[in-house]
Amino acid sequence: MKRVVITGLGVVAPNGVGITTFTHAIKHGISGIKFDQRLADLNFSCQIAGEPEIDHNTKAEYLSDLELRNFNSSGILYGVIAGIDAWKDAGLPLEINDEPDWDSGTIFGTGTSGIDKFRESIYKIDNLETRKLGSTAVAQTMSSGISAYLGGKLGLGNQVTTNSSACTTGTESILMAYQRIKSGYAKRMLAGSTSDSGPYIWGGFDAMKVCTFRHNETPEKGSRPMSASASGFVPGSGAGALVVEDLESAISRGAKIYCEIIGGNINSGGQRGEGTMTAPNPTAVKKCIREAIADAKINGADIDAINGHLTATSKDGLEILNWTEALERKGDDFPYINSLKSMVGHCLSAAGSIESVASVLQLHHGFIFPNINCEDLHPEVTSLIGESRIPRQLIEKKLEIIAKASFGFGDVNACIIFKKYEK
Amino acid sequence: MSNEEIKDKLKSIVKPYVKNEEALANLTPDTDFINDLQVNSANLVDIILDVEEAFDITIDNQSMERMIDVKSTIEIIQNKLAEK
Repeated sequence: MKRVVITGLGVVAPNGVGITTFTHAIKHGISGIKFDQRLADLNFSCQIAGEPEIDHNTKAEYLSDLELRNFNSSGILYGVIAGIDAWKDAGLPLEINDEPDWDSGTIFGTGTSGIDKFRESIYKIDNLETRKLGSTAVAQTMSSGISAYLGGKLGLGNQVTTNSSACTTGTESILMAYQRIKSGYAKRMLAGSTSDSGPYIWGGFDAMKVCTFRHNETPEKGSRPMSASASGFVPGSGAGALVVEDLESAISRGAKIYCEIIGGNINSGGQRGEGTMTAPNPTAVKKCIREAIADAKINGADIDAINGHLTATSKDGLEILNWTEALERKGDDFPYINSLKSMVGHCLSAAGSIESVASVLQLHHGFIFPNINCEDLHPEVTSLIGESRIPRQLIEKKLEIIAKASFGFGDVNACIIFKKYEK
Repeated sequence: MSNEEIKDKLKSIVKPYVKNEEALANLTPDTDFINDLQVNSANLVDIILDVEEAFDITIDNQSMERMIDVKSTIEIIQNKLAEK
């Protein structure tokens, strides 16, 4: 079996576009949550959101004038920016060759694609103007649109596909890439995920009353994972991308190695027991974490830090309980734990990849980013783990192993183990 | 509108889709969109929509099928303008 490492990162997050800006933002606890006038105009309960800011010049760096004609897919835009940035960061070429790169592919996930383009198309069709849809309505709205755009821009000749597993999507994409490289089917895979912005993607969550409505006047305070005053998640969007590569290939290219992926697990609770469409089956969550640890050939005691799913709904306490039981660690013996969602909100299908980028940056640079908005820790959380385990200030510290998990609708789970690279 | 005027307008419409700039500079009535200008075949429908908008005409499916080179496109545009 091949050893698998990460050699490139790219990110489009509500609190920072590009790795340098994002690293600064997460170290300093900078929130990307803002009031959103469109949501207010549409009578949403939750009128705040985390949306990356991208100006026209940046768009034009990644998409040609022709591609930008009638372009209306925020998710594809974010994914293309993050994906190309990760590719460049890995020192991989962008020149146009006649021959595809047979050794490189992508697994780039999403929940929906081009939801605004889809809406625009539906209005045209119902207005008897189907012939006016233009040539890119399909490419922008097919689920695999993002992997297709990236595949073409990078000339990828290995597997080019899109995975979709709700809020687990991003973490799953990295694990699927890891498995493909480990088994020798590809030398490198661009893994990651993206999520559209706007009312048409966030509306369903608003209707379910799982988003907070208490912070429309104080957006930056709105996303409160692990807090006693948490009142639901803040919707977000963006994309994260990671170049996942065969160690031998990375060494032969002289590539920078951010960290190694030493194992992971993907499973489902089958919507049995306590598991439902929207609630996790704790037995499956714990099994997923335990099997990821076993796959990585480490012990629960070896984990220095956890990057949780922790959305700021009433399920945060249950997630902490699951971690304590799966790792058999609690109180002050529990690893450090943080949630990026306190700064960027819940980026849905992009959450797992953006949060994995943050986890890898922590390992690479040796820090643990602060959790914001949990000065009032929830008693359910503090009854299980020590307050010192939940950093509220930046901690500069060398880390060896980080566990990252994501959980999603459909009762699906993914857990991945990142380790600092050693020869 | 003269054929020459239509040709000039057409030239600016197809420009964003063209991969062979030299062939565009030397546009003749026989210039073929796909073979000479190397326009992606999927973009032909976009060119037709842009033509409709620029000339304020509607092009039927039968005419669309024939719009593969400059000559036939100018002829179709002239016919549609005459019908207005």
